[in-house]
Amino acid sequence: MSLPTLTIHELRQKLRAGEVSAREVTEAVLERIAAVDEKIRGYLWLNPEDARRQADALDQAGACRDGRGLGGIPVAIKDVINVAGQPGTCASKILQGYVAPYDATVTRRLREAGAVLLGRTNMDEFAMGSSTENSAWGVTRNPWDLERVPGGSSGGSAAVVAADEAIAALGSDTGGSIRQPAALCGCVGLKPTYGLVSRYGLVAFASSLDQIGPFTKDVMDAAILLGVIAGHDERDSTSVPRPAPDYVAALTREVKGLRIGLPKEYFIPGMDREVEATVRAAVAVLEKQGAEIVEVSLPHTEYAVAVYYLIATAEASANLARFDGMRYGLRVRGEDVVETYGRTRGQGFGAEVKRRIMLGTYALSAGYYDAYYVRAQKVRTLIRRDVEEAFRRCDVIATPTTPEVAFRAGQKSGDPLQMYLSDIFTISCNLAGNCGISVPCGFVRGLPVGLQILGPAFGEEQVLRVAHAYEQATDWRAQRPRL
Amino acid sequence: MPEMDIDHVAHLARLELTAAEKQQIGAQLQDILAYVAKLNQLDVTGVEPTAHATPLQNVLRPDEVRPCGIEREQFLKNAPEQARGLFIVPKIVE
Repeated sequence: MSLPTLTIHELRQKLRAGEVSAREVTEAVLERIAAVDEKIRGYLWLNPEDARRQADALDQAGACRDGRGLGGIPVAIKDVINVAGQPGTCASKILQGYVAPYDATVTRRLREAGAVLLGRTNMDEFAMGSSTENSAWGVTRNPWDLERVPGGSSGGSAAVVAADEAIAALGSDTGGSIRQPAALCGCVGLKPTYGLVSRYGLVAFASSLDQIGPFTKDVMDAAILLGVIAGHDERDSTSVPRPAPDYVAALTREVKGLRIGLPKEYFIPGMDREVEATVRAAVAVLEKQGAEIVEVSLPHTEYAVAVYYLIATAEASANLARFDGMRYGLRVRGEDVVETYGRTRGQGFGAEVKRRIMLGTYALSAGYYDAYYVRAQKVRTLIRRDVEEAFRRCDVIATPTTPEVAFRAGQKSGDPLQMYLSDIFTISCNLAGNCGISVPCGFVRGLPVGLQILGPAFGEEQVLRVAHAYEQATDWRAQRPRL
Repeated sequence: MPEMDIDHVAHLARLELTAAEKQQIGAQLQDILAYVAKLNQLDVTGVEPTAHATPLQNVLRPDEVRPCGIEREQFLKNAPEQARGLFIVPKIVE
């Protein structure tokens, strides 16, 4: 068995037994990257020497012998999360040359757990997109079909995990940016509850929606990685002061009597019928294991995309005001300071970022604030109530992660609205602040399909338990992309 | 639906756009605004707006200076222009 194909928990056993060293694992992953990343282009930045040094230091300290934590496990990080001493561009020209002066809290926790921080993964610029085509540094390819997108915005993280170019990765999810690419690339992706994982050191896109979460090869690994990054951090005032539970202990394989809600609004006309059939078959597997299937309703689902694109762009227009050419990144001089701002931002930002800043600025501007922004916030309340109401009738909700499999590069890039609609099943979870996971549940025309399991706020244990029970009853992971 | 004044919004956003960008973004935003107009179908009378989904309110800490453990130089290295431990910025006040 080649080392890069193994999971965190499989590698931990080998590292503990002394069968392999951190250096050997890192070397094997670096070889894999050298062999396939030319095709995938999942990494924006990689420093093999630095990765080897980290691995050697862990070996010398004996940090991989306790069988816990992430000792000696190579992890890739989305280009929006700071790693001290590594570049961080958010896949934007406006941050070209930026080197992070400090670690994000999640980065610090990975280091403390003994992970080898491999490099930076590609993404849609400032996490705005669903295909990774909005990167200023080129597109990432889907390992299952190089003509297709890996999803987005964390497409690089999803693709490198699916292609065995990292054992696990971190991404961020504002409207589906972890779950959607995980589904399209055939790996596991989890968006934690708002407030569970610190965002200190994450470049902010939409602050009321952003969460950091794991990409992994299986559900056990997602539980392990979430356990490392979750927990209170005084440096993020939205971080909730409650202890993170033992997520691995939650994987009991037991779903008997658990109520799984199926929202009728998530099986819609126009979605890929084979995707729908695949997801229904996955739900039937859970039913066979003793789960009870109940119909639930999320009546305001059809408004979620509209609410999201007003709230997320409004928040982004404020958050991205900091990129003004003064303290970091690009500066394009004008006659005066206002012209310098305008030119810097006009030349530094890509098309989608400009579009969203314009929409958000408009939604917040005098005369339109109540009609757009406040109305969207009110409908957000209705969406949140729907979710809370649904979780009175069930323990978790099962849906397709996406309405279709990975689409072709270029297919939607000319039509922003069509691109936005590809997030239709993932957005409500960010608006309501609850948690969700995407787990592989089969293939349609050779491309992976994701089953989304949503849980209530801080319901990660239930979500992981159900995803794990499903995964253990199936063997989709045996199928691998041919590269 | 009102026509968006692209020049005004671009100025508010401090975003210099080319003529071609103005035309393209203008057309795309009209489509998107037509789509989000579906929110007007709902009666939201008496519904409180949701700004965020955290149960926390007013998270405060003592107003004390604490070392951040990072040298000033580390931050200044990323500046487009710097000198004598400071960011150099364009003249703002005459």
